[in-house]
Amino acid sequence: MINFNKFYKLFNILSLSLVIISILLLFFKGLNLGVDFKGGTLIELRANDKKINVTTLRYAFGNMTLGDINVKKFGNERDFLIKIEKKDTSAKALEIIKKNLTDSIGSSFNFRRVENVGPKVSSELLKSGIIAIVLSLAAMLFYIWIRFEWQFSLGAILALFHDVIITLGFFSLFNLEINLSIVAAVLTIVGYSMNDTVVIFDRVRENLIKFSDIKIFELTNISINETLSRTIITSVTTLLALISIYFFGGEILKGFSLAMIMGVVFGTYSSIYIANPILVKLRVSQKTILKEDTE
Amino acid sequence: MLYFSKLRITLISLVTLFFIYITFSNFQESENSFISKKINLGLDLQGGSYLLLEIDNNPVKLQKLQNTISIIRNYLKDKKIVFTDLRIKDEAIFFNISKPDNEIVKFFFLDKESEINPYYNLYKSHQFDLSVIENEFKLTISKYGLIEIKTSSQDQAIEIVRRRVDEVGTNEPNIIKRGNNRILVELPGLDDPMRIKSLLGKTANLTFRFVAQKNNDTFGVEMLPFEDGSNEVLVNKRIILNGENLLDAQPQMNNQTNETVVSFTLDRVGAKRFGKATRTGIGKQLAIVLDGKIVSAPVIRDAIVSGSGQISGNFTFQSATDLALLLRSGALPAPLNIIEERTVGPELGQDSINAGFFALSIGFLLVIIFMFFKYKVFGLIANITLLINLFLLIGILTIFEATLTLPGIAGIILTVGMAVDANVLIFERIKEESKKEKNNIIAFDTGYIKSKTAILDANITTLIAAIILFFMGSGPVKGFSVTLAVGIFTTLFSVYFIARMLTSLYVLKNKKKVDLI
Repeated sequence: MINFNKFYKLFNILSLSLVIISILLLFFKGLNLGVDFKGGTLIELRANDKKINVTTLRYAFGNMTLGDINVKKFGNERDFLIKIEKKDTSAKALEIIKKNLTDSIGSSFNFRRVENVGPKVSSELLKSGIIAIVLSLAAMLFYIWIRFEWQFSLGAILALFHDVIITLGFFSLFNLEINLSIVAAVLTIVGYSMNDTVVIFDRVRENLIKFSDIKIFELTNISINETLSRTIITSVTTLLALISIYFFGGEILKGFSLAMIMGVVFGTYSSIYIANPILVKLRVSQKTILKEDTE
Repeated sequence: MLYFSKLRITLISLVTLFFIYITFSNFQESENSFISKKINLGLDLQGGSYLLLEIDNNPVKLQKLQNTISIIRNYLKDKKIVFTDLRIKDEAIFFNISKPDNEIVKFFFLDKESEINPYYNLYKSHQFDLSVIENEFKLTISKYGLIEIKTSSQDQAIEIVRRRVDEVGTNEPNIIKRGNNRILVELPGLDDPMRIKSLLGKTANLTFRFVAQKNNDTFGVEMLPFEDGSNEVLVNKRIILNGENLLDAQPQMNNQTNETVVSFTLDRVGAKRFGKATRTGIGKQLAIVLDGKIVSAPVIRDAIVSGSGQISGNFTFQSATDLALLLRSGALPAPLNIIEERTVGPELGQDSINAGFFALSIGFLLVIIFMFFKYKVFGLIANITLLINLFLLIGILTIFEATLTLPGIAGIILTVGMAVDANVLIFERIKEESKKEKNNIIAFDTGYIKSKTAILDANITTLIAAIILFFMGSGPVKGFSVTLAVGIFTTLFSVYFIARMLTSLYVLKNKKKVDLI
């Protein structure tokens, strides 16, 4: 048996500092919002000429007076991703870009993907993305409130916030782009983190009924250990799936799978080191459950 | 708990075989298989264009106010009521009427039978809201009046959009309403939507009007630029003909001038009007105005009574074809703006499919290898369950002809990773139980029973996230939520029927074996 409870304090301090750092990052550095949420144009193109590199493209686009431009390599040597802030959605804008590009570099290009999001749509998408995340947190809160006593709900929700905030903080720190699929990832993280916490809580509650003489500090540790191999196996299989998406699923899914990998790692960790210590702090005992039942 | 009747085993096997068949029918080309359903590929996988158009209703609102103002003018003149200062200002109509007539006029507007201010029974509201301050009347379009305007212009616009897209001839376009002022156009297989975008970007409001000689025409005149920007000309506001009178329009080669032109045919009313106007206007210049710009302004040499004519204007064959198409399909009630566009080339789509399926195979392989080493025989059972789960998932998506997107494939891979969770919960519980309980059958039974709540909780939480994502997400992300949600149900089915059946068969054969799992 591993004594997880010995490190409750240590990891709580670590988590707290990570959360604070993440919040500070989100507050001061902010998130790198993609075209979906900020509006603008995104072009993925493949150059037919191997000599083309980021510098030549950056120079060519720089000459078109399109406003803020971001050029980067996308996957292999010949693929590039260009982000343009200018919110021109007119039918001609793209035609002009294509023509200018061929004029200045002379090589033919293959426009693999074009996304053009107007300012109105992007702000709507941002709003619905935030609503979706808030709504899912609220739904989880509601679910766990029905299923468990309030002490458990608080623990699970704090663990959830912990995971979401740190994942977002990570994206802020490394300036990774937030787009629609990241929102999907965050929602799935919410589901996963909850799922992981609930499995341990289920066991805690079962053990609370079984052993009236064991203190919650010990009891959480027993429960964590009893469910530990499940926790590890499920995390490993989920991570195996995610890692294969990350490495083989193509460039478009990279951000999504990275966010999910972060979420699974933190979700597993927080179930042990956030959710359970909260039960200890709140002095949950057999009475907590029995009282609820007699009401 | 452990016992499965023959009937149940047969049923479960049949269901499983059925879904395996469905899954494979996706990869068959034959049309005559008894289920011809297939998973739809999303635009991000098959390549194509997604356009979100927003209708700019401001011109429609202004038109409505202008129409209403002339109705009011005629009405008040008819009833011999003295009014002053009838005007449009800040999207409202103002006018002054002094006592005692104002009480009567108020009644005209607020009566349910009112001819000038229609009443909608459906909304229990008039088209206009009226407010009277002393002698000043103010009419603003009411909330429901605005809805009425928006839905009617959306209805008209979607019809025109559909005609234009159909004329271009793309395969299976999907054109649907969004809200009350947007239209979503999905064009599968189209990798360059440039032409459709420029066709949809034009209102195509065609009018024939005389070029004005002087500035004092009774109908008023306006300065309009030529299409090529070369010149500006004073044009009469009076409209001789507009696009509605057109029966047909086609691009054509004019043999005499060797020029591409657009020839048109007018309906009976239009032909009559056109004949009359050209007869009286010989020697005058006739401006052909499209969306506020003059295409050309030929001099009338003869009266045209045949009801057909030609528009020339430095067209290339392509631009003449497009103009003819626009004229045939009719004018949009209001300008459309493209507010969102997502286009994926077919090459990237295929790359995404390949990458998605490669990732799925690798993910699947990694998971089954891991499970086999962890649980041996039971790992094998879990793996068979997982494979069947995959068939069930793809089979259900096929039956519902769901749309598979790239994030949707990610959802399937994720399901593979998370689906073993239920089996793991059960196996771990059985392991614990068999430490206390020597009887294998009882240990298995207890394991299944005690793990149930945890499994349900785990799946319900994921389902909640998937449902919210379905309602809040858009496009490709929606595809993710669908596969995730369907994956939860297939997981539960495969774990509680297939895996349990297989474990029960195995356990019943090895009742006495120690350390079974």
